[in-house]
Amino acid sequence: MKIGICAGLLLVTVSSVAAFAQGAPIKLADVAELSGGGATVGNNWKNGIDLAIEEINAKGGVLGRKLEVTHADSQSNPGVARAQVQKALDNEPYVLLGPGYSGSVKVTSPLAAEAGITQIMGGEAAELTQGGNKFLFRTSFGQQSSMPKVAKYINDELKAKSVAIVWVNNDFGKGGRDVITKEFAKYNIKVAADISTEAGQADFAADVSKIKAAAPDAVFIYVNEEESARMLKELKRQAISVPLMGETTLVGQKVVELAGEAANGARGHVGLTTDAPVDLVKAFREKFAKKYNYVPDHNGLKGYLAIYMIKATTEKMGKVDAKAFADNLHGLTIKAASEPGILMDVTFDEKGDIDRQGFLVEIVDGKQVVKQVLPKLN
Amino acid sequence: MTATGKYLRIALGVVVIAALIIVPMNFNRYGLFILSQWAVMTIAAMGLNLTLGYAGQVSLAQGAFVGIGAYAAAIMTTQGGMPLIAALGVAIVLCFAIGWILGYPALRVQHHYLAFVTLAFSTLAFLVFRNEDWLTKGIYGISNIPRPNVLGFATNRPLPFYYFCLGSLALVSLAVWWLIRSPWGRAFVALRENPVRALSLGIDTRRYTLMAFAIGSALGGVAGTLYAPLTQYIDPVPFNLSLSLDLLMMVIVGGSGFFFGPFLGAMIAVLLPEWLRFTQGYYLMLYAVAVMLLLIYSPTGILGILDRYLAERRTKAASALRAVAKSRLETAP
Amino acid sequence: MSNLLDLLVAGLATGAIYALVAVGFTLLWQTSQTINFAQGEFVMLPAFLMLAVMHVGAPFWLAIILGILLSLLLLGLGFKLLLVDPMLRHGVLPLAIATMALAIGMKEAVKQFFSAEASPFPSIVPAGDVSILGRVVSLQSLSVLALAIAVVVGLTALLNRTSIGHQMQATAQNPTVARIIGVPVERMILLTFLINAFLVALASLLITPIYLAKFSSGEVLGQAAFIAAIVGGFNQVRGAIAGGLLIGVVDNLSAAYVSTQYRAAVPLILLIVIILFRPQGLLGRPEERTV
Repeated sequence: MKIGICAGLLLVTVSSVAAFAQGAPIKLADVAELSGGGATVGNNWKNGIDLAIEEINAKGGVLGRKLEVTHADSQSNPGVARAQVQKALDNEPYVLLGPGYSGSVKVTSPLAAEAGITQIMGGEAAELTQGGNKFLFRTSFGQQSSMPKVAKYINDELKAKSVAIVWVNNDFGKGGRDVITKEFAKYNIKVAADISTEAGQADFAADVSKIKAAAPDAVFIYVNEEESARMLKELKRQAISVPLMGETTLVGQKVVELAGEAANGARGHVGLTTDAPVDLVKAFREKFAKKYNYVPDHNGLKGYLAIYMIKATTEKMGKVDAKAFADNLHGLTIKAASEPGILMDVTFDEKGDIDRQGFLVEIVDGKQVVKQVLPKLN
Repeated sequence: MTATGKYLRIALGVVVIAALIIVPMNFNRYGLFILSQWAVMTIAAMGLNLTLGYAGQVSLAQGAFVGIGAYAAAIMTTQGGMPLIAALGVAIVLCFAIGWILGYPALRVQHHYLAFVTLAFSTLAFLVFRNEDWLTKGIYGISNIPRPNVLGFATNRPLPFYYFCLGSLALVSLAVWWLIRSPWGRAFVALRENPVRALSLGIDTRRYTLMAFAIGSALGGVAGTLYAPLTQYIDPVPFNLSLSLDLLMMVIVGGSGFFFGPFLGAMIAVLLPEWLRFTQGYYLMLYAVAVMLLLIYSPTGILGILDRYLAERRTKAASALRAVAKSRLETAP
Repeated sequence: MSNLLDLLVAGLATGAIYALVAVGFTLLWQTSQTINFAQGEFVMLPAFLMLAVMHVGAPFWLAIILGILLSLLLLGLGFKLLLVDPMLRHGVLPLAIATMALAIGMKEAVKQFFSAEASPFPSIVPAGDVSILGRVVSLQSLSVLALAIAVVVGLTALLNRTSIGHQMQATAQNPTVARIIGVPVERMILLTFLINAFLVALASLLITPIYLAKFSSGEVLGQAAFIAAIVGGFNQVRGAIAGGLLIGVVDNLSAAYVSTQYRAAVPLILLIVIILFRPQGLLGRPEERTV
């Protein structure tokens, strides 16, 4: 009798443990800028992640297990980011997501690397993937990939010999400006004016005045969306007619919305854009807008893609193995045909950098028109 | 205070100190990081408490002084290869000097003007940290700041570093305790309570005000020197006005003018985001509302409430005794 | 130098915005000894109130009216009753610190309940440009300048020429004596807050189309306003406009001629210099220290 009960208990315990293990959710940890200066970046990233997880779980999860994520707020402060990442790592997540700010990534990547946990983040600064960290992966082009393309366009197509650079004075803006200055030197293009601006700046009259005085052949604008809109308006007001070139932050839909007429003619190199002429991207944008009631920026795309990167890598491995994750992601090519969630074909190299299709667009009549498709290198 | 009261206090102190040393041995890395952060912030808050709570001056630049200390430590230990203690010396001298120079206008104008001068300085310091990249590496920040070697013990692991922070906190606390107990400390309090009367008693208010502000700023620098090896990466971003405001809130909430106010305030500021995490994005709002309510009810913070409560009890007890004595007198023939 | 004129005009345009925000700040200090560190957020909020009203379907003109009424209620009456009255007995500094907390609370509330992103805001002034002395200036900037001047002229007249204005000033200088001579002190203080709430609502209406509605737009505006108020003269309303315009021009000139990286530093240094050598500001009256 007693033995029977014991056996019964044992059976129940074992089977429940087994059942538990089989359905146990995969824990992901996200640390993002949910407040402070980077709130727009972090909130978009978070929403992209949540959307992807919802989609995947609705279809049964990854290898039969649902995905679960905890979001922590880095307050756009590297010190807080470090604390939150430490906390997240203590709970042994499968993969670490974020942060978006390059400074926060720099302070947290040694921690993840020491713990052997893969980190998929949104930072674009060139140096992030150049330190030999084997666990760090991008979700968007690093500046070292995108800026050469921009410089080439400016040199070959715009045939500009002197360019004025306007950049936002944070790690994003300065990083871009430093890389493109080096690229310009290779083509012997003179930097006619080197103008730093503040995040949140509203008045660009003095900056445009400086551009006018420098009389460049083209202007390269590398600031955030709202400031891009204000800059474009001021450039129009002061009748600057030379070509304006930028990146995703210059030619996004939000900029067009805020700048109106003044945005026409602006050109940009875009890696990730919700305006891409790719059906899967358009579908993503609609799904996002439906769930959150606003159109996402490229950070929303980054978050979404990060989750699908995890899905693709895990399925390739055939098992949920945190230790082997990074090795399997290095050199992996994910095709949109077999994994629609990845939206565009992408290959990851041994440094964690991305090779993906890009676009050169121009704003015509308030819409983004693709002038050139820059194909994937491999 | 009664003998039992005094023994109780000492016993309480011993228990707390023992807890601070023993309990964290079981903590994970995150817990130790948070506690170390608490220790460092308390040092900065103690400095601000000297300025605000004891000498009655509002400083919105404490965050900038933490930044100066942090950059001194970062630059000297990474590029100069010097030990942390050298950076500590430089930070103290530099912050004291800047505090003195900055505080000079304080003598000539009223309280609120120092708030604005320090507000301006806070932003200026941030700009210097960010723009002078030949020195500070600008927006890219300084990475790989080494943990110091204390008396032959390496502090790379979280637990030893936490003890280092705790030890520093203890040393600073003793120093501040001595300062407040000294004639200088009494002069500070006189300044806060009634500056005109203090003047009439022959105290040079200018000198003491300046001294309080300069020492408070120097303590900010000390905190900064510990902050750099704690996070092992610094950039200009954390050292802006927000940090100064946070430190101000810490002192206010804990109780300005009370010795243990900064300890309590820093603990609340560091732990509150944890406790209120379930409120998602609302916790800063709740914190702001809580601070406003606290200020309305008790501008001297939580310890102020405690103090008032204890004082009321003492007064009630004393009145009761007096009533008893009085009735005895009256009934006596 | 053609560029110089460009910069001056642009500076005046920006400066008018700072002046408008600084006026309310100076007014509150002058008449009720309140240092409102949340003044920037006060200018940020009414636009969001109006956007919220439009969100439920109301037309713009109705949203403006409701927005102003809500401002009067929340930022005037509410602010006074809930925060200022209980705190004023503790002194000037605790109230100042409370307004710092208020600023944080307002920012977070807008971010949480509305959005972390910037939203466009419709302008009651047509979005055109006008040519002045050969320079192009936006109509919106001109309207801000016009309003700022009108406000300052109106307020100065109110404070110096009307009986109510005199009563407000008496309340500011010495509430106890004012009470003795029969000034309805409570009502005067309330009036000040209501005027400020009305002013920030108007300012919000004109400034937000330029600055865009974002939860963080109060930070920059607030800091610029403090500097403008002090540099111009903390105890004279007309100091606000002088200070605001000066700061706007200085900011633009330093961006062009000093360095765009240190552009924000010049007004700050100006502030420190003024406090050191002329604490009452350029147009202010020297303040006696109360014993």
